[in-house]
Amino acid sequence: MLELQDICFQVHEDSKEKGILKHVNLKIEDGFVAVTGPNGGGKSTMAKVIAGIIRPTSGRILLNGEDITELSITERARKGISFAFQQPVRFKGLTVLDLINLAHGEALSLNKACQYLSEVGLCAKDYINREVNASLSGGELKRIEIAMIMARGTKLSIFDEPEAGIDLWSFNNLIRVFENMREKIHGSILIISHQERILNIADQIVVLSDGEIQAQGTKEEVLPELLNTSSGACSTLLNKVI
Amino acid sequence: MDQLQMHMLEKVADLHAVPEGAYNIRDNGKSAGRNTTANIDIVSKSDKPGIDIIVKPGTKNESVHIPVIVSQSGLKDLVYNDFYIGDDADVVIVAGCGIHCGGSEDTEHDGIHTFHIGKNARVRYVEKHYGEGEGTGGRILNPTTIVHMDENGYMEMETTQIKGVDSTIRDTKADLKDGATLIIKEKIMTHENQYAETNFQVDLDGVGSTADVVSRSVAKGKSSQVFNSRICGNNQCYGHTECDAILMDEGHVNAVPSLDANHLDASLIHEAAIGKIAGEQIIKLMTLGLTEQEAEEQIVNGFLK
Repeated sequence: MLELQDICFQVHEDSKEKGILKHVNLKIEDGFVAVTGPNGGGKSTMAKVIAGIIRPTSGRILLNGEDITELSITERARKGISFAFQQPVRFKGLTVLDLINLAHGEALSLNKACQYLSEVGLCAKDYINREVNASLSGGELKRIEIAMIMARGTKLSIFDEPEAGIDLWSFNNLIRVFENMREKIHGSILIISHQERILNIADQIVVLSDGEIQAQGTKEEVLPELLNTSSGACSTLLNKVI
Repeated sequence: MDQLQMHMLEKVADLHAVPEGAYNIRDNGKSAGRNTTANIDIVSKSDKPGIDIIVKPGTKNESVHIPVIVSQSGLKDLVYNDFYIGDDADVVIVAGCGIHCGGSEDTEHDGIHTFHIGKNARVRYVEKHYGEGEGTGGRILNPTTIVHMDENGYMEMETTQIKGVDSTIRDTKADLKDGATLIIKEKIMTHENQYAETNFQVDLDGVGSTADVVSRSVAKGKSSQVFNSRICGNNQCYGHTECDAILMDEGHVNAVPSLDANHLDASLIHEAAIGKIAGEQIIKLMTLGLTEQEAEEQIVNGFLK
């Protein structure tokens, strides 16, 4: 279980302090949690704070009751946090197999490594020895990123907009991948997403807007409210949309 | 063969025993073993140090190993090796030099290799350079490779210098006739105060000749590298040169690609990219549980693989 206690993250902007995360308090139990909210609301920042990539200005992070606020990215990864980037990184020279093996922590059998790729809809034999370089498309990279998280199999997996750049056919499979993952790992899956279909399969939905938690609850509690409001948009923009 | 010799052979030629096929092993300036086959002859030169390697026309799927070991401190070894690859032949040539320097004097090997590649012949040329030893003397390797390619000849040249060579100046010159193809893949890693300079000069003289010169390098410590690559397009041809370098610590890389087009239908491209390891690459691998140092190692190893 993951708990964020009074997390703040501030940046300097035009000689002023700007709050990206403002006193975020959040408990994530085992299961499937979707985080949604407008662009620039602080979702990716919160994910990076959990993974240790961003240090919060104040507040505490607890993983299964243990304070991990001061731990490095590496230490958190070893304690069971996985993080799929919104924009996956390319590596000249490292192959898909290299990355899956690194993710798993030791060399997998070729068969097993291929299984992870097949699950994310990539034909394994075409991809396993390819370099993770500029020759791969954004959608292919996203799927490899997800396969890496599956190969890690940790108790807490965070996905930052996994559906972005993935085609419609694959999207159906993606939903299935997350459902399978929930069954297998019996841990927490935290997905940042704008997709209603992903929100629909979530046990819990968290709405993060302007650095604050606006709502947290089941989809029955949160979704109707979310779809009916267009809060935050200025009147000029609203008029344009209408 | 003693243990040191076997160890060096493994480093420069991936050999765990005396190789199959044709070979010539040069140890401290002397021949330490030779084998020829029905199709591949190796003859000592009479006027200067070195050998002629003669591959008969039409020879297929044979290999030649010509490793060099220098372990005597202070030795300056100079050797001329000429390769005559007959028309339609298809062979693999594995060269390489290992220097083990145990003393305080500089140890040096300068290999001058000249290739005459016949019509339609295919050659894969693999060269590894490696240095080691507890001595304070410099380990110096200055290879020169000259390649003359006849019509529709094909050569793939993989050169690797990963460790322990203090100073190297590598000169490669090639001229290509109609339809000939030259592919060069160079990998270099330097550390401490090492210096590595590579100079490529490729003349695309023939119609439809092609050259692809790619260098990947890592400069660590206070080491310094210079990459000069010049491709001249003298006919309807295609040439590409690329330098991709990772900087670490206080490393220094100077890349000077140069294209010289003397024909309207010459198509020439150069690319050069130098920079430190991207921070996001390290962060990604750390989220997989690697330490920062392990992440760097993986990235560098992959880059030079």
